[in-house]
Amino acid sequence: MAVANTEHLLEVNNLKKYFPIKGGILRHTVGTVKAVDGVSFTVRRGETLGLVGESGCGKTTTGRTILRLEQATSGEVLFEDKDVLKASSRQMKALRRDMQIVFQDPYASLDPRITVGQSVAEGLVIHGIGTPKEREERVREVLAKVGLHASQINRFPHEFSGGQRQRIGIARALIMEPKLIVCDEPVSALDVSIQSQVLNLLRNLQREFGLTYLFIAHNLSVVEHISDRVGVMYLGKLVELASREDLFREPLHPYTKALISAIPNPDPTARRERIVLQGDVPSPINPPAGCRFHPRCWIARPICSEQDPEFAEKRKGHWAACHFAGEF
Amino acid sequence: MTTAPHRSTDPSQEILRVTGLKTHFFTDEGVVQAVDGIDIVLHRGETLGIVGESGSGKSVTSLSILRLVSRPGRVVAGTVFFDGVDLLTLNDEEMRTIRGNRISMIFQQPTTALNPVFRVGDQIIETLEIHQGLKGEEASGRCRELLAMVGLPDPNRRMKQYPHELSGGQCQRVMIAMALACNPELLIADEPTTALDVTIQAQILDLMRALREKINTSIILITHDMGVVAEMADSVAVMYAGQIVEYADVRSLFTDPKHPYTQGLLNSMPMLGHVRDELAVIPGTVPSLINPPSGCRFASRCSQRFEACDRDPAMLELAEGRRVRCWLYAEKR
Repeated sequence: MAVANTEHLLEVNNLKKYFPIKGGILRHTVGTVKAVDGVSFTVRRGETLGLVGESGCGKTTTGRTILRLEQATSGEVLFEDKDVLKASSRQMKALRRDMQIVFQDPYASLDPRITVGQSVAEGLVIHGIGTPKEREERVREVLAKVGLHASQINRFPHEFSGGQRQRIGIARALIMEPKLIVCDEPVSALDVSIQSQVLNLLRNLQREFGLTYLFIAHNLSVVEHISDRVGVMYLGKLVELASREDLFREPLHPYTKALISAIPNPDPTARRERIVLQGDVPSPINPPAGCRFHPRCWIARPICSEQDPEFAEKRKGHWAACHFAGEF
Repeated sequence: MTTAPHRSTDPSQEILRVTGLKTHFFTDEGVVQAVDGIDIVLHRGETLGIVGESGSGKSVTSLSILRLVSRPGRVVAGTVFFDGVDLLTLNDEEMRTIRGNRISMIFQQPTTALNPVFRVGDQIIETLEIHQGLKGEEASGRCRELLAMVGLPDPNRRMKQYPHELSGGQCQRVMIAMALACNPELLIADEPTTALDVTIQAQILDLMRALREKINTSIILITHDMGVVAEMADSVAVMYAGQIVEYADVRSLFTDPKHPYTQGLLNSMPMLGHVRDELAVIPGTVPSLINPPSGCRFASRCSQRFEACDRDPAMLELAEGRRVRCWLYAEKR
């Protein structure tokens, strides 16, 4: 049982989320997708924990399960030592004020039929905070904070560009004065010049309001830029977790090393080692036995196909799940 | 492996020359000047990267070259000389003998670019039948060869599969196999790796590099990813709001960008291993192309704007193969 710890805002223990696959005429369960399969980490107050991985690795499902947008299969999520997964709906409503989310697609995540003002105020209305007048005042304040004009309060989402919509999404989260914001690919849909505007905004808001971010993304350069610590996921499992400096300078897991080396470098004069992984990510329905990465791993040895490596602290604050961590 | 040295190209062997290309879309809201005066010269064996953000006109440029712009869009001006012939003057019949044969294309979404109701093998064989006149066992033999060449294991089984049975990376390999079926002289790749994960992207880029060496095809690579351009291209055209604003060899572009937009673009990217506290920002957004601002189209977002920018800047040639559309470099300000 966790001891009260003020340093940790969020603690995730052995979180699992399996999706059933239905098939046949009677829609029997014919298999399970192990989207998240035993993930444990903590997020410290005021930090940004980046979660990276390729499509289908379970990073988004992890974020959604923590917020109970998906029902966890098993595991434990402690937010300020309160058990989120066991909270009643009343307790959950209170918790949701403190835990907000910003979604990936700014085109799909806003209701096209209500004005930006109504959209941003929605959380306040649901929680019965303030009078209509106070709420409008607050909406104007928050819109200004995210770099939008208060005069745009009566406009509809289609009148805004992608970057502006993402600012609206951030305003919706921010107005609840949350402690934690799960940012699920918040800049992937944006052009580079707009992406940097939003990344700077997120960082400035974090400093001003002491926010904690769980930042989920597939783009390693973006994650390196914004994160204090970074976790790497592969096929539903966390394979490495370390401070940003350690992870990018000295990755211990072969997957992390390959991932970093695969990023095209915007410097035509650079010469570097490239590890090109063969094959595709295997299916999470029947993940490979032993270490899930072993069929694509270039340092795999016989033990890797037999025994699942433990996610262990290999160096101080540097965790990895590999039998031969760092032995490249 | 290290980055491949950029191959020398033969300037006497020009394969494509696009001059003054304009493609407009006649919509109910007005005329969208999607491509507004593009000049491109491509040599045999050269890879030209076209970079720009969404709506800059890079995809429309490639569609215009292939004459695939559909209504309400239309090429309204310019010439596209491919191996000495202006493609814009050909009739549809003549164009079909070039498209898919001497010029081919790879699209961004491999899973939607393939026909879902036909087997992968049949789709490749169709190309071979139409353009190369191959039949029966000859065609399927060549198909197997192509699938093996793009690194798909077990070609016999793959040929019998439908696109939905393949992953995104595998579909893109099939697209590449199809594009290369006729040994094209020019390959246009529109965001070929954008929909793919980085480890798969690395595989596809490796494959494209290897095939380029093998059949010495010229490539126009359209992308928004500066990293992909740096690794693949010999020369680069930066597009903004329907125009090319800078044209340079890849090394110069990254070490000494001239146009304020290029500079802003490079500085606003988070770069692996170079963490900065604050990313540079290009304020504002891309202007509407229905009524683009008069004068320089980037002026409203430019930090170095001055009086001259109210007038349209001409493309200035700073050196051989080094052009920039910006008043900062005009001799007489």
